[in-house]
Amino acid sequence: MPSASRPLGIRRRLANFCFIGLSGVAAILVLAPLGAIFGYLVYKGIGSLNWAFLTNTPRPVGEAGGGMANAIVGSTMILGIASCIGIPLGIGAGVYMAEFGRGRYVNIVRFTADVLNGVPSIVVGIAVYALVVLPQQHFSALSGGVALGIMMIPTVARTTEEMLRMVPNTIREAALGLGIPQWRATLQVTLRTASKGVITGIMLAFARVAGETAPLLFTAFGNQFWNLNPNQPTAALPIQIFAYAISPFDEWHRQAWAGALILIVLIVVAVAAVRVVTSRGTMQGNA
Amino acid sequence: MGVGIEVKELNAWFGKAQVLKDINIKVGANAVTAVIGPSGCGKSTFIRCLNRMHETIPEARVSGSVQVGDTDVYKPGTDAVDVRRRIGMVFQKPNPFPTMSIYDNVAAGLRLNGYNKRRELDQIVEHSLRMAALWDEVKDVLKKKSGASLSGGQQQRLCIARALAVQPELLLMDEPASALDPISTGKIEELIFQLKAQYTVVIVTHNMQQAARVADHTGFFLMGKLIEYDKTERIFTTPCDKRTEDYITGRFG
Repeated sequence: MPSASRPLGIRRRLANFCFIGLSGVAAILVLAPLGAIFGYLVYKGIGSLNWAFLTNTPRPVGEAGGGMANAIVGSTMILGIASCIGIPLGIGAGVYMAEFGRGRYVNIVRFTADVLNGVPSIVVGIAVYALVVLPQQHFSALSGGVALGIMMIPTVARTTEEMLRMVPNTIREAALGLGIPQWRATLQVTLRTASKGVITGIMLAFARVAGETAPLLFTAFGNQFWNLNPNQPTAALPIQIFAYAISPFDEWHRQAWAGALILIVLIVVAVAAVRVVTSRGTMQGNA
Repeated sequence: MGVGIEVKELNAWFGKAQVLKDINIKVGANAVTAVIGPSGCGKSTFIRCLNRMHETIPEARVSGSVQVGDTDVYKPGTDAVDVRRRIGMVFQKPNPFPTMSIYDNVAAGLRLNGYNKRRELDQIVEHSLRMAALWDEVKDVLKKKSGASLSGGQQQRLCIARALAVQPELLLMDEPASALDPISTGKIEELIFQLKAQYTVVIVTHNMQQAARVADHTGFFLMGKLIEYDKTERIFTTPCDKRTEDYITGRFG
């Protein structure tokens, strides 16, 4: 037995130091790419960013100025439609898996969600093209929203399921023991207890699809003009950035950088806003 | 006012394992009845059968009849949710709703059943917290603090207040003080003593002193059977059954 009063062995201290050091390095390495991307976007994009960029529609080639106002609004519209589809369906499937489903059916739903999560986004785009765009005979914000909404479902469903599973069973029993009907106990007690994690899952899914380009190519298609009709081809930031970035014009390249910067800022603002709004109702000592 | 309970030929299973065998018992109104016995003897299952919580566990099954006041608990057509609304339950581990304030915890049973009159809710919440001897400690932070921010003993009294707020006819308590320190336990016991003026209370306990202190009647369970049921002082002084005597004198269990 080593004496308890002896100072910690040099090896143990060294190992401790190394481990803490390595985890610190890993943390920095995680932050570095994000910082680098954001810094580079600001560096390249800020020059073309002005009021006109946020309020004007694109100008024809050769004409200076113009902006991406229609794409900003279009992206908002498409993401709104996607959220209306992806969030309720995702939460519903997650609640089924964690609260109501039994055995085999749960496994089938979970497996399907995991497969759907792995389907390349361009495949989702083609599928929605075949199922929505072709029958309608035209591109639309609606079909774009359907494609992105489908892509949101697995992330929302799986996080909802995981978060609900972390709610202790004693909470469910407390609710049932009060004579609260099960659907209400699930919605207003269990789901509410898990709400922080569920919202994180929603924001993850939202942020992921907000930058998707491929599924929008055959669905929302893009548009150089104003359009507020969800049943018409609609501009979206990722499509606009893509189109401008592969063009041969320097002016458009600069605008693509500015568009990318705006896209990132919009995602960060949306996520931060949801965090602020949803944390307002919490009290002291909330577990 | 409290109501009496009459249990006839109650059997309960988890899957194929039978955990309650042919239980017959009559519990008087406005009295405290203790259920004692070693771990795994079925005492928790017994009280969970009284308000149909047993069946919320997958593969759990019940047969027999339970009459609580004028409600036939297991009659076809009796709604389990309705039964649970009339029979309150306090669990072993304090389980306040963590995302709700103290006020919302107490009001939850009423609100989530569609009852939303502000002023009356205020009154019921205060009354219930007073009954649970918690009002003075929390009245200034009712809507500011989460139920989970209280100490263990306070949380359990909050759970009692939450159960009382729906104005049940019967209160079931499953080892309500087993996770608490002696001071909190004392408070809960005092509370149980006061509650019997208005409620019928059935309490499961591992602690025989506790049964002796709070209960008018005591039932001894062993391996899923009700071995003996009598006035508390008789159970603890002159039990009829050898097994009861062995248990209370600490010879097994």
